[in-house]
Amino acid sequence: MVQEIYLDNSATTQVDGRVVDYIAQVMRESYGNPSSLYDMGAHSQRLLREAAASVAGLIGGRGENLCFTSGGTESNNWAVFGTAHAKRRRGRRIVTTAFEHSSILEPFKRLGEEGFEPVLVSPDSQGNIAPEDILAQVTPDTILVSFMLVNNEVGSVLDYQAIAARVKEIAPHATVHCDAVQAFGKLPIKIEKTDIDLLSMSGHKIHAPKGIGALYIKKGTRIDPLIYGGAQQGGLRPGTESLPLACGMGYAARLRGERLREDYQAVAALRAYTLERLKELPGIVLNSPENAFPYILNLSVEGIRSETMLHHLERERIYVSSASACTKGAASHVLAAMGLPAGRIDSALRLSFNAGITTEDIDRFIGQLRLGMETLARARS
Amino acid sequence: MKEIILLKAGEIALKGLNRSTFEDRLVKNCKFRLKGIGSFKFTRAQSTMVAEPMDESIDMDDAVDALKTVFGFAGLSQACVVEKELAAIQQAAADYLGEDLRRARTFKVEAKRADKAFPLKSPEICTEVGGYLLSRFPHLQVDVHNPDMTVYVEVRDHAAFVRGPQMPGAGGMPVGSSGKALLLISGGIDSPVAGYMMAKRGLEIEAIHFAAPPYTSEHAKQKVIALCQETGRYAGRIKLHVVGFTKVQEEIRDKCPEEYFTIIMRRYMMKIAERLAQQNGCGALITGESVAQVASQTLYAIGCTDVACQLPVLRPVIGMDKNEIVAVSRRIGTFETSILPYEDCCTVFTPRHPRTKPRLHQVLAAEQALDEEALIAQAMENIETIVTYPQQW
Repeated sequence: MVQEIYLDNSATTQVDGRVVDYIAQVMRESYGNPSSLYDMGAHSQRLLREAAASVAGLIGGRGENLCFTSGGTESNNWAVFGTAHAKRRRGRRIVTTAFEHSSILEPFKRLGEEGFEPVLVSPDSQGNIAPEDILAQVTPDTILVSFMLVNNEVGSVLDYQAIAARVKEIAPHATVHCDAVQAFGKLPIKIEKTDIDLLSMSGHKIHAPKGIGALYIKKGTRIDPLIYGGAQQGGLRPGTESLPLACGMGYAARLRGERLREDYQAVAALRAYTLERLKELPGIVLNSPENAFPYILNLSVEGIRSETMLHHLERERIYVSSASACTKGAASHVLAAMGLPAGRIDSALRLSFNAGITTEDIDRFIGQLRLGMETLARARS
Repeated sequence: MKEIILLKAGEIALKGLNRSTFEDRLVKNCKFRLKGIGSFKFTRAQSTMVAEPMDESIDMDDAVDALKTVFGFAGLSQACVVEKELAAIQQAAADYLGEDLRRARTFKVEAKRADKAFPLKSPEICTEVGGYLLSRFPHLQVDVHNPDMTVYVEVRDHAAFVRGPQMPGAGGMPVGSSGKALLLISGGIDSPVAGYMMAKRGLEIEAIHFAAPPYTSEHAKQKVIALCQETGRYAGRIKLHVVGFTKVQEEIRDKCPEEYFTIIMRRYMMKIAERLAQQNGCGALITGESVAQVASQTLYAIGCTDVACQLPVLRPVIGMDKNEIVAVSRRIGTFETSILPYEDCCTVFTPRHPRTKPRLHQVLAAEQALDEEALIAQAMENIETIVTYPQQW
């Protein structure tokens, strides 16, 4: 069987073999509950602190400010609900963008039903959101501004430092939350040098397992817990910590940190190569903005439905993501927010890279894409 | 206290000299469904079958749930087995049915005495057991017309049974006792219901599904497998044949007028299904068609697809409304899987304006462009067969 080419690294990643081994070792040797008073508990507690420090280190933060969660969705839910509920007396206005992940949009919708005033800022047709567009919606009584650092479908990069700094000028009481799930471990972030208060991360996007994520909570930020229980993680996120997964995420973060800049260069070169090769194929339109995050490339294949091309590529073990879902009305909300025509949304594909992908892999992908464009039945426009 | 399950035969009780053939099949089906729950001994006594657990650790509630989905029984009940002595029967009635009796306000006792050597006659048994229960549960009152709870006592040759009311069985005929048929299963709501209904009439079900990769996905195939497993709770093991249909669809799309795509595609499905049915000893095809539900199910369209094959085509839901079909689908537990969104992923092959009143001569003319034999042969060589087993609730 041919080697798979996994071009869907924004959906998830393969767990690094070294991380697998380390997690197994922690499970076997350090199974004590971090809250236990005897030495086994203390040992686990130390491993947990080290893991938190490693994860926080990757975004230039301190381990004591980091809480482990079950993943990006929980981190985002917590940031939104936790902030809104802690600051409800200061105001009702909460601001985000229209192309956020559903783990932000759905909590915003819910808070709207609870009497908050959610405001969604739309991207332009290139998939960009300028800081001014967000800032124009921020009022002095705004309590939360939440935005993605990198969009997961098209790869737009927001100027998070400028946005955060200006939000604090207009609304000193607002909490600034940044969903950095896609950017984490790929872009250099120095959270303590920015005005961001909360930052969401996920383990499985950086070659750690699924089921672990984190929320960075800068000192002094007011946030209510999402769930209640014991005193773990300062009582903010109760429940016995998943030590093996936390350690796995910590180790994966250290490994990412060592290669962050190198990999960024490699992936940028790979993306440039892909763009060059795509020019050979007539009928391809790019949906990603020009200055986008190199790890993500969104394109539409004129006339061929996303799922059809996806399954065609799958037969050659090439894996990409369809930005649109099959049921009508559930098409990509990101591309829809950009105002793209239906035909382009229905035929959109997302490639997401990692540094291990080679130009030969891209050549094979281009070859199969070309074959698909030549042989597959086309949707009627 | 020993528990058994009493199974009341349905229609097969009316069969004549060939009745034992049906009963043998029924016992076999029961044993198949009880695999994984435990082993049971089956004995027959006229229109009742007794399932006796061979092991005390068997969960009888699970067994009852499994047997409720076996076609061939009108009703079933759990009973406790006691010695043929009045005191023992009285004690058992109070202990075994105590919980129900405590909840009831009125009750009555019904007795049946198959063993005429038992010293008390049926009405006397009723009086004695009823009197005892009144003394044990003073809040109860006797109501012989509309009781909240009826206690049944059956005095048999070897023992007496004490039981509460009977639960409805699945009805129908034992699966496999009427032969075998091939179900065209799409992944929607209707076809599993059609399969369920024909299995109820004693047909063993095989299934055929048409897949068109890359226009349909692996998820869609997994969904159909899941539907077979769910339908299998009633129909038993289902052999599923997945036909690679892409080539046929592409040819139709390339060579036939758009408005006939669907009708010609369905005719090919019938032709391929018929050939597969004959290879596998199936005496009929089953579809989930319902008149007028969609363009391909108008009377004209059904007329055009029906003549594509010689075998009888059974359409058990033909006269049912969608909401009636949905109700059955919910009851038999296939609905949630049926509404998973994979099936309709591809609208590439659906005409914008299908003909709702196709005429056969027009369809036949449109089909002329296709090399029928080659297309069918190609599809027949492209079949994957998967045996699916019933999924427990």
